[in-house]
Amino acid sequence: MKKFMHRFAANRGALVGLAILCLVILTALLCSVWYEESPWSMVAEPLLKPLSNSDYPLGTDMLGRDLGAGLAYGARVSLMVGVVSTLVAVVFGILIGALAGFYGGRIDDLLMRFTEFFQTIPQLAMAVVLVAIFTPSIYSIVGAIAIVSWPPVARLVRSEFLSLKQREFVQAALVIGQKPARIIFTQILPNAMSPIIVTASLMIATAILTESSLSFLGLGDRNLMSWGFMIGAARTMLREAPLMSVLPGIAILLTVLAINLIGEGLNDAMNPQLRKRGE
Amino acid sequence: MSVQTTQTAPPLLRIEQLTVALPAGSDRPHAVKDLSFDLRAGEILCIVGESGSGKSISANAIMGLLPNYLKPQAGRILFQGRDLLQLREDELLALRGKDIGMVFQEPMSALNPLMRVGEQIAEVLAVHGAYPGPARQQRVLELLHFVGLPDPATLKDAYPFRLSGGQRQRVMIAMALALEPSILIADEPTTALDVTTQAQILALIKRIQASMGMGVMFITHDFGVVADIADRVAVMEKGVLVEQGPAEQVLNRPQHPYTQRLIAAVPHRDNDSPAEEAPTDPVVLEVKDLRKTYVTERGLFVRKRVVHAVDGVSFQVRRGQTLGIVGESGSGKSTIGKCLLRLTDIDGGQLVFNGTDIAPLSQAQFRPMRQQLQMIFQDPFASLNPRHTVGRSITDGPVANGVPYAEAERKARELLRLVELDESAFDRYPNAFSGGQRQRIGIARALALEPQLLVADESVSALDVSVQAQVLKLLQDIQQRLNLAMIFITHDLRVAAQVCHQIVVMHKGRIVEHGTPAHVFDRPQNEYTQRLIAAIPGKHWSPVGASVALT
Repeated sequence: MKKFMHRFAANRGALVGLAILCLVILTALLCSVWYEESPWSMVAEPLLKPLSNSDYPLGTDMLGRDLGAGLAYGARVSLMVGVVSTLVAVVFGILIGALAGFYGGRIDDLLMRFTEFFQTIPQLAMAVVLVAIFTPSIYSIVGAIAIVSWPPVARLVRSEFLSLKQREFVQAALVIGQKPARIIFTQILPNAMSPIIVTASLMIATAILTESSLSFLGLGDRNLMSWGFMIGAARTMLREAPLMSVLPGIAILLTVLAINLIGEGLNDAMNPQLRKRGE
Repeated sequence: MSVQTTQTAPPLLRIEQLTVALPAGSDRPHAVKDLSFDLRAGEILCIVGESGSGKSISANAIMGLLPNYLKPQAGRILFQGRDLLQLREDELLALRGKDIGMVFQEPMSALNPLMRVGEQIAEVLAVHGAYPGPARQQRVLELLHFVGLPDPATLKDAYPFRLSGGQRQRVMIAMALALEPSILIADEPTTALDVTTQAQILALIKRIQASMGMGVMFITHDFGVVADIADRVAVMEKGVLVEQGPAEQVLNRPQHPYTQRLIAAVPHRDNDSPAEEAPTDPVVLEVKDLRKTYVTERGLFVRKRVVHAVDGVSFQVRRGQTLGIVGESGSGKSTIGKCLLRLTDIDGGQLVFNGTDIAPLSQAQFRPMRQQLQMIFQDPFASLNPRHTVGRSITDGPVANGVPYAEAERKARELLRLVELDESAFDRYPNAFSGGQRQRIGIARALALEPQLLVADESVSALDVSVQAQVLKLLQDIQQRLNLAMIFITHDLRVAAQVCHQIVVMHKGRIVEHGTPAHVFDRPQNEYTQRLIAAIPGKHWSPVGASVALT
């Protein structure tokens, strides 16, 4: 574990990413302390320029809502949607992939055709359709993102299982009489975790982008302020008040960038091929 | 080669006090230290040592092929009056291939898979600007013919994947010889090959050396090979040259204790092999007409291919007896092991274990019986889960079969002592152990279930010869103490001769010979077995003689 931290810390980009992400998480945790008012409430005159009023340093939008509060509460929504939908997708993907990879044959064929069915539909289009059918709410958004993002996990887990299944320690587990479920969860899965974790970290970034796209299209949860909604609302005034769209845009950019950097760092730290000799 | 001329002539290659440092944090400070030896024209010098003894590093230092983290610190490598360590890269380039040729261990990966073999040989010539024009193609054909490849005109247009391992190694040798170098360095050139192929390649190297009068530096770990081809031998231990001298002297009257230990560990047939009496112990496993066929799936454009891996094999194993299954790669011997443990489906035949046919049982029905048939795997580095402690690896089996954990743990600690490991190994991870120690852990894991039949699939092939001898002894001890039936699958006839009571010889999925070691080795009936026995390296040399002479 110490060695792992050491290798991770050797990657400067990953450390920068981690710093930015910590900042975003802190904002998400403390937003209700900093901004007692709801981000939806009109607190000042509309279209206040940033840095012109010390109470609202980031200015207000066309309805007089505090942009700062919006960004802070948006961080909460983005992270929550990103993490929860990825968790759901990863758990489902592991289940499908593990079964397909471990048993092979007919089961593998069946599960992989099912997976390909989801993979052939464009992700965003399917998410839009799903949210539209189930009416926009935080649950339908998380569910839709999970449904469109599990197939790559399933394929990854399957390929890991296919190669690990051939390893002698798995055959040894079979020979000593362990049951399939035990072999899957105690022998193979722990050895397949590194690439899964790396993929999951990158999926969080994609999920945040998808949520923003949905909100931009007006399919966000009506009760939750999110970055995508802010850009969508501000786009009509792009010429008059460009910062209204640019600020949440930068928030998305930085968060996604940070998570990608961390993912790359995890990959470098966990990938045994890249490890130096003798470690 | 006449000894008089070679003694007086100056050496082809002289290595003086060569020292190569290992990077900080390695298990020893130097890869090779104060290494000095001469290579003379017209001799085969064998460098022998176990893995990590620095023999390949010395060869790579001569060729200037050391990786960046290894730097020669001191010493000289003199060739034609020049110190190779002082040469620039472009000067070395002119030398490599032209004056010093090299043959590598792995013929599968040393050839470019996307280039026809003729082109690859022609490239060596082109790099050095030799044989311009149509003469080049002529030379390629000549070389292919010289290394004994059939039909050079067709073969030069073949891609490497169409050739067998032995043929590829011949192509590698042809490449190394293309410019008639004065030195040929061969780094374990036969280790990846089957024993009959190995015998052919050794004969080829010897023939070439004699006809071209080169100096050959032959790196190997196998004393049988040494006995077959060496004129002189240099023995290396942990980067230090401990003994060198004429082959006859080193093999039969070794001076250094390390050489003596190595030679004593060479597997050989015991002269006091068990008497040939009809065995009366109860039969534990009887295999009747076992069949296993691999069928490659038929695709839209792919024809179906059928391989009979195991084709009507029958044998029986008795309690307290070891049955050896020997054969070359592709003979189906490992498939038999997998079939016995139901790690693969079988296509026909009966596996009668203690009176029950286990062949038709489903995996779930067979699972309760698994503890009576255990397996020791080939690769000590892949057979233990890297994320589990040794203790967990050993206790997993009993726990899966309903033994309470506390008792399984007590048993595991006991077994660790039985396989001569420290009890503290229980809480450590596999990466803290060497190959031989891991193999002992694998044995403990198999024994934890108190099996009646133990299948060892190439269980000592990946180990150095001295470790191999220890593990073999441990297996024999345990078998006698627990009165187990054992099936010992191996490609090494010498190992089989040492540990088995009965031997079956496999060839292309069928048993071609069956009998006691004395029968199989001294009076082989089948033509294939005769070839196989004839190909064992170092037949005319007996390590027993050497160790007896010592005492």
